[in-house]
Amino acid sequence: MLILRHLTRGIRTLVRGGAADRELDEEIEQFIDEASSDLEAQGMSPAEARRVARARAGSPLAAREEVRAAGWEHAIETLVADVRYGLRGLRRRPGFAAVTIGTLGLGIGASTAMVSVANPILFDRLPYPAADRLHMIWDRTRDGSTIEMAFGSFLELEARSRSFSGMAVMRSWQPTLTGATEPERLDGQGVSDGYFRVLGIAPAIGRDFEPADDRPNAPAVVIVSHRLWQRRLDSDTAIVGRQIVLDGNSYTVIGVMPPRFENVLMPAAEVWRAAQYDRTLPALQGREWGHNLRLVARRADGVNAAAAAAELDQIARDRMTGFSRPPWAAMQNGLLLPSLHDEITSNIRSAMLAVLVAVTLLLAIACVNVANLILGRGAERRAEFVMRSALGAGRLRLFRQLLTEAVLIALLGGMAGLAVAGAGVRLLVSFVPEALMPATPIAIDGPVFAFALAVTMVIGLAVGLAPAVHASRTDLKANTPHGSWQTSSSHHRTRRSLVTAEVAFALVLLVGATLLSRSLQQLFAISPGFNGDNLLTMQVQVAGRRFTDPQVTQQFFQRALDAVRAVPGVSEAALSSQLPLSGDSDIYGVRFESSETPETSADGGAYRYAISEGFFDVMGIPLLAGRAITAHDRAGSTPVVVINESFAKRRFPGRDPIGQRLHLGPVDREWFTIAGVVGDIKQESLSAGRFDAAYISPSQWHFADPAFWLVVKTRATAAAVAPSIRQAIWSVDKDQPIVRVAMMSDLITATAGQRRFALLLFQLFGITALLLTAIGIYGVVSGGVNERIREIGVRTALGASRRSILSMVLKQGVALAAIGIALGAIVAAASSRGLSALLFGISPLDPVSYAGVAMLLMGVTIAACWWPARRAARVDPSLTLRAE
Amino acid sequence: MEKPNTDVIQGTLDMLILKTLSLEPMHGFGISRRVEQLSQGVFKVNPGSLLVALQRLERGGLVDAEWRQTPNARRARVYTLTRTGRKQLDVEASDWTRRASAIARLLKTGA
Repeated sequence: MLILRHLTRGIRTLVRGGAADRELDEEIEQFIDEASSDLEAQGMSPAEARRVARARAGSPLAAREEVRAAGWEHAIETLVADVRYGLRGLRRRPGFAAVTIGTLGLGIGASTAMVSVANPILFDRLPYPAADRLHMIWDRTRDGSTIEMAFGSFLELEARSRSFSGMAVMRSWQPTLTGATEPERLDGQGVSDGYFRVLGIAPAIGRDFEPADDRPNAPAVVIVSHRLWQRRLDSDTAIVGRQIVLDGNSYTVIGVMPPRFENVLMPAAEVWRAAQYDRTLPALQGREWGHNLRLVARRADGVNAAAAAAELDQIARDRMTGFSRPPWAAMQNGLLLPSLHDEITSNIRSAMLAVLVAVTLLLAIACVNVANLILGRGAERRAEFVMRSALGAGRLRLFRQLLTEAVLIALLGGMAGLAVAGAGVRLLVSFVPEALMPATPIAIDGPVFAFALAVTMVIGLAVGLAPAVHASRTDLKANTPHGSWQTSSSHHRTRRSLVTAEVAFALVLLVGATLLSRSLQQLFAISPGFNGDNLLTMQVQVAGRRFTDPQVTQQFFQRALDAVRAVPGVSEAALSSQLPLSGDSDIYGVRFESSETPETSADGGAYRYAISEGFFDVMGIPLLAGRAITAHDRAGSTPVVVINESFAKRRFPGRDPIGQRLHLGPVDREWFTIAGVVGDIKQESLSAGRFDAAYISPSQWHFADPAFWLVVKTRATAAAVAPSIRQAIWSVDKDQPIVRVAMMSDLITATAGQRRFALLLFQLFGITALLLTAIGIYGVVSGGVNERIREIGVRTALGASRRSILSMVLKQGVALAAIGIALGAIVAAASSRGLSALLFGISPLDPVSYAGVAMLLMGVTIAACWWPARRAARVDPSLTLRAE
Repeated sequence: MEKPNTDVIQGTLDMLILKTLSLEPMHGFGISRRVEQLSQGVFKVNPGSLLVALQRLERGGLVDAEWRQTPNARRARVYTLTRTGRKQLDVEASDWTRRASAIARLLKTGA
């Protein structure tokens, strides 16, 4: 109740302040009236009585102020007055206001936007309970590189290790879903039964896999993703027990994963089946001993990672009876235990750090700028504050005034920042490669925004309050503004060193951005080894029981290829079991007849391409020796192989490789005779080094590949021909899915997607930094000209030419920038090693980048100095001298 | 100023106003005059601090204020003690008496 009474009275005064003042005045007046009539009654003359009464009562104005100041609403009134005064000040100096608010907006907004987008893409934590205890376990090859686990090794580790509460293996699986609608190839995984339990996520509907599901010939069951359940299974809540057809086989759905489940080990997976490996490990030739599984493990609570790794090494070293190991999976090279987080982020860690550093630099530049602007403004206002404290304004009152102004600027800057961040996030999201897009939509990161705002605000306040401290501390007289001759040199030195620091920061940022751009250029200048122009690619798969017969499969692909070749607009077409830059990785061990060691992969591994006649022509891969694979290389004739140039040169230096023989994969089959040598191509990505290749005829391979890439050279634009090519394939068999239709040129571009995104970020950082730096330099030089305007006038009066004044001001700015550039180059050189993981084909100390950025910054400096310099040159000496 | 006056002891002005108003409703100058008379000129109340105190008491709900016609045909803001104000006066008065007599006893006993 009382609070209400306080509130209503205060608000009444606030709302009708004039009336409240009048009532108060009336009450005071009446008080004095009565006092004087009392005095009159005591015998004074009316005039005398009035004088005495007034004297006793004191100033009515002071009394009124006293009463008004006692209410709580007074604080609000002062605040309003301060805000109004602050706004008026900003309006009076629109340049200062625009630049400060713009700086804050750009600095806060740009860094918030960039972190908001980079965070979910580059930094995100794993969406699993106690994810820090999740690890991958990798087997190792003799040269120390990682290789997938064999099922037999997994069984041994699972049985013998004590450091893990669970382990599971997985491999990818691409089944084709057929049914009511058109066939669709799905991404999926075959997993051991504990997979979801190791991750710590249970199905939302139905049940998890059980050991009984994961035995050879157990009933075929699948768990589906929430997305697949919605997309293809009508969000049926009674889904459990329903049958779906995958690759022509019937599977029973036993569960649906929760909507928020993110499968980081294979983000695209929508369906999981039990891998159903044979735990009795029947034969060494079987898939149980192939290196074909990834292993994820959950470390037991209370066991640290080092202890777990030590235990794994122990197990790898000490063989134990009861656990047999074939020579190729003997774990003699030890095991690796990276954390799942490291595993997922290892290739982007450096990008993360670089982005973080860039954000810090950008914020630092923004802070320096704000500090500079406010310092400059403080210098301009020193006279005002000296005057105000001379008129009796207390130190606290001045503080409050400045605080209000600083907060006002910060708030306006924050609003601008929010707008910039919103626009920036939208812009950046449109550039995020689809493959990197996280499940949850990207929005402005609140805490980051708050942090950026807080940092700039604290700096603004610290710097902004300096004039008040100064004004209240110094001797008024000494500082009362009169002459122009005293420019405070210490203050100007501070501003100049701030700008130097700013130029240095900008140089570091820009050098990073330039190095990234140049390495991307290098990357695209690399030839992939084939000609991707007008090359349309698509993957055609066979699905269904009919295709268990390899004859039927091969016939289908041959007829499809013939149909495509007949499509108008198609100049050439060919098939290959794997396509460069598509993400495929089909590697088999190679052993030459001339090798001493009898092991399967005595001569390393090679990508296996099962290709149709004409593949090299379509792809534009040059045939360097011998002959290509032709349609005459069929089952029954001598198996032939074409290998790549660097493989041939390395293995047969100075000798003719043609006619040499090798085993690709299994060693118990016929030798492949080398019939030709072709140029090297890039399989994995443009930046990854060359890898050996072996091209064979599909009919001379020991199984029929269930999927082939169709590569089509088109005469017209490829996109226009794509639908007729599809129709041609479906005219052969309408049930076969065609997926991953793409232009080869797009695949070439996509392999650099992450680099491209990092580059975009850095370019935006760079541009923002350049802008802010230009603003900063302009501010300082322009402030310098203002302070020296009379000196310049005197110089002009004494005969200095306009040209000399112009060059004097320019020189000042250039000197600042030169020091900043030198310092920045040292810092950049010292720290740019951190970028090297993101760079390609360029040294982190690339002199061209450094020189280019230095010149750019110098150019920006001169541009930023130009206006103040011109203003200085046009100073009219008669005006300035008269003002003195 | 013709003779030195004593400022009202800090914190006692509210009590003095409440006591004055407990006799009858009064306007500002009336309160000031009564305090001066009753204290035989020891306490003088200037309008500034008086009106601040009255505003505080009014907002605190201890007194009510309203504009009334005075006998000499002028408008005056007249303050009336509320029920809460009366209670508060009792509390403050007894508290004061207790303290004052304690201090008086202390002073009487001497060193």
